[in-house]
Amino acid sequence: MPQVTLTVNGKTHTVEVEARTLLVELLREKLRLTGTHVGCDTSQCGACVVQMNGDSVKSCTTLALQAEGASVTTIEGLAKPDGTLHPMQEAFREYHALQCGFCTPGMVMSAIDLVEKHPQGLSEHEIREGLEGNLCRCTGYHNIVKAIGAAQEVMHGRSATLAPAHAAE
Amino acid sequence: MYDFEYHKPTSVADAVKILSADSDARPISGGQTLLPALKHRLNKPTSVVDLSGIAELKGIKRDGNKIVIGAMTRHADVANSPEVKAAIPMLAMLASGIGDPAVRNRGTIGGSVSNNDPAADYPSAVVALNATIVTSGRRIAADDFFQGMFTTALEPGELLVAVEFPIPEKAGYAKMRNPASRYVMAGAFVAKTGGEVRVAINGAAACVFRQKDMEAALSANWSPAAVAAVKQPADDMNSDIHGSAEYRAHLVTVMAKRAVAAAG
Repeated sequence: MPQVTLTVNGKTHTVEVEARTLLVELLREKLRLTGTHVGCDTSQCGACVVQMNGDSVKSCTTLALQAEGASVTTIEGLAKPDGTLHPMQEAFREYHALQCGFCTPGMVMSAIDLVEKHPQGLSEHEIREGLEGNLCRCTGYHNIVKAIGAAQEVMHGRSATLAPAHAAE
Repeated sequence: MYDFEYHKPTSVADAVKILSADSDARPISGGQTLLPALKHRLNKPTSVVDLSGIAELKGIKRDGNKIVIGAMTRHADVANSPEVKAAIPMLAMLASGIGDPAVRNRGTIGGSVSNNDPAADYPSAVVALNATIVTSGRRIAADDFFQGMFTTALEPGELLVAVEFPIPEKAGYAKMRNPASRYVMAGAFVAKTGGEVRVAINGAAACVFRQKDMEAALSANWSPAAVAAVKQPADDMNSDIHGSAEYRAHLVTVMAKRAVAAAG
C-alpha cells in the first residue's frame, strides 16, 4: 500500500493509505483529527477546509498522496498548547459567529488564510466575497463577518482587543 | 471512488510514457474537477498520474510580446502574478473569479483548459486572446483546440504543457454566474490584439465559440453600443433548469457589452 509522509500541526506522520484516500479521510480516520468536517463532499461547502503549505484547500477534494511532504494545519493546530485560542477562534466566540458549529472549523481556517493574505485589511464586502467557498446554514453569515473583521485587527497588530472593525449597517 | 494506481513522475517525458502505455490512465493536476468526477464513479481510471512533481510545468513568464503560463500554474498564482497583472490584467481578474479561494489554491490552468467544461472561464480567454496551446508534442491554435463539450484536440497520451497568451491592446471579460452553483451561465471575453478583434463566448453553449457578428461590429466601432445591437441567436444555446436558451442568448449580448466596457 502507498505511504504518505506529511506534517500535521507540527508533527510528522508517515501513514499507509490507499491511492484513493482523501486528505480529509487521512486526517479524520487515520490521525483521528475529527475537527475537520465533511459536509457536502463535493467541494462546495468548505467544512473540510484546512491549510496546506499556507493555503486554504478543500481536504475532501485533495488526495492524501497529493499532500506528500506538505505541512498541514487543521483547526486542532490553532490554539496554543496552554489552550489560548487563536484570535480568529476567540473572535468567533466573542461575536457568537456560530450556531450549530458544523461549518465553523472550515470557516475559521478559510478566514485565517483570507486575513493573512490581505495585510492591508479587508472591507466587510471583501470578507463576504472571501467566504464564497464556505457555506453556513444557520447564522446567515452576519456574525461570522463581524468576527473576521475584528480578528483581522488583532492578527495584524492594529488592535489589542476584538473591537468591531466595521460600522454597523 | 474506485481505487487506482498512483504515479508521480518528475518529467513530462515520464508522464507521457505512462499515459501512452495505458489508455485508462488519467492525469491529475489540482484535481478540483477530476476528484468530484471520480467520487461519482463517472470515471474509472486504472491509474492516476499526478503532475505536481514536474517542475517544468509550473510558472509564469513574459517572453517578448507573450505571457507563457505553465500547465500546473494554479488559478491563485495567475490571479496574483505581477507579470500577468501588468500585461493582461483581465486574465488575472478572470483567474481571481474561478470557483472560490480554496479551489483557486488547487485548480490549474492546464486542468481547466484540457477539461473544456462548457462553463469554465479560461477557454474564453484562450480563444479571444488567440492563445497557443503547447503540448508534449506540438503547438495547437486556440481555434483548433476546443472541439466540443469536454472535448479538445488533445490525443490520448498527449499532455498540455503551457498556454502562450499574446499580449493584447485591449481585453475585457464579464460573466453572469448561476446564483447557486456560481458556474458561468454566459460569459464574454473580448480582445483586440495586433488590431484583430476577437469575441469568445463561454457558458452559454456546449463549447466556447467565437461570436463573429460581434467581432465585425467591434472592428468597425469598439464600443459597448456596437455589441449591444448584435443579437445572439438562441438556436445552439444551452437550455436547462437554470435558464432557457432565449435567456442565455440575451445574456450573451449583455455580457459582451459589459466586457467591452471593462476593456475600456
